[in-house]
Amino acid sequence: MASSSSYNSPCAACKFLRRKCMPGCIFAPYFPPEEPQKFANVHKIFGASNVSKLLNELLPHQREDAVNSLAYEAEARVKDPVYGCVGAISFLQRQVERLQKELDAANADLIRYACNDHIQPELSAPHGAMHQVHQPMTPRQRPVEYNNTRRMGNEGGGFYQTPNFQYPYHLPWNDNDIHRYGGGGGGGGGGGHI
Amino acid sequence: MMNSTRCAACKYLRRRCSPDCIFSPYFPPNNPQRFLEVHRIYGASNVAKMLEKAPVNQRAEAANSIHYEAHCRIKDPVYGCAGIITLLNQQINDAQCELAKIQAEIAALNGHHADILPPYQQITDASSFANYPVEGDGAFPATHDPSFPQFYLNS
Repeated sequence: MASSSSYNSPCAACKFLRRKCMPGCIFAPYFPPEEPQKFANVHKIFGASNVSKLLNELLPHQREDAVNSLAYEAEARVKDPVYGCVGAISFLQRQVERLQKELDAANADLIRYACNDHIQPELSAPHGAMHQVHQPMTPRQRPVEYNNTRRMGNEGGGFYQTPNFQYPYHLPWNDNDIHRYGGGGGGGGGGGHI
Repeated sequence: MMNSTRCAACKYLRRRCSPDCIFSPYFPPNNPQRFLEVHRIYGASNVAKMLEKAPVNQRAEAANSIHYEAHCRIKDPVYGCAGIITLLNQQINDAQCELAKIQAEIAALNGHHADILPPYQQITDASSFANYPVEGDGAFPATHDPSFPQFYLNS
């Protein structure tokens, strides 16, 4: 966390806004003068006053992460005015779905191998050992539940569940369904909770 | 009559909704919450600028994604959408590790039963899963992009 509110180096925000960088400047710790583009992007997308409001609503120890995530989203939106960083979410959601299918298939293969293994006796097992050749192996537990959330509306794909809410996002090339939005009103993308 | 045809944005901003209002196709009056959320995070003029930057035939998608990001930010003021991306990346990494372990087990068993099942397809990297176009110039973070800030991991 860089502090730029020294007497002769205004922070990137105050430089951009052409104002005096006061000692308690809320931007100064997070927008060092060496990174002018960071504030430029954030200002372009969110606006200085909105960022200031957002930061003021957070505890001081949360602000650095908040600024970094805002900067990331702003940069993504500058690069992609249509989808911003939301395109990445959709992309990653699909990767998770594909991996889930791969894992399911791999688990099934493993069980098949294990069953076949039990059909053929263990020739190398120690004499008298209590091996569990007659007990089928249990499927491996998934480390993370990818798809333990209920499907919503007419969305056919899997979706991501954050600790607090679930909000699927589908891009037009992901599904055959055209989710009602824009002039149709309704809820969030794919029926998320608002 | 004018009051009943104003879009949610112009209703909220208490102004006349002109025929060429940039908000009206995407912020219908029957969903005031949608505009409320984008206004809270971005402000009306920034939303208008973002919509203007998008091609006309993609403005609906732009409005949707802007609202999605605003909603995420309201629900999670610290990390917003970026936190979701980090967690998805983590899920993918975990799943790939799990898959690799299972494949190793299968390979070990395969050594005893080479004739029973064909070898499992190896997964080299996450990019092998992508087979659809990506918007922009690679603005999306790769799953193993070390430069992508890892939000959430230390919280």
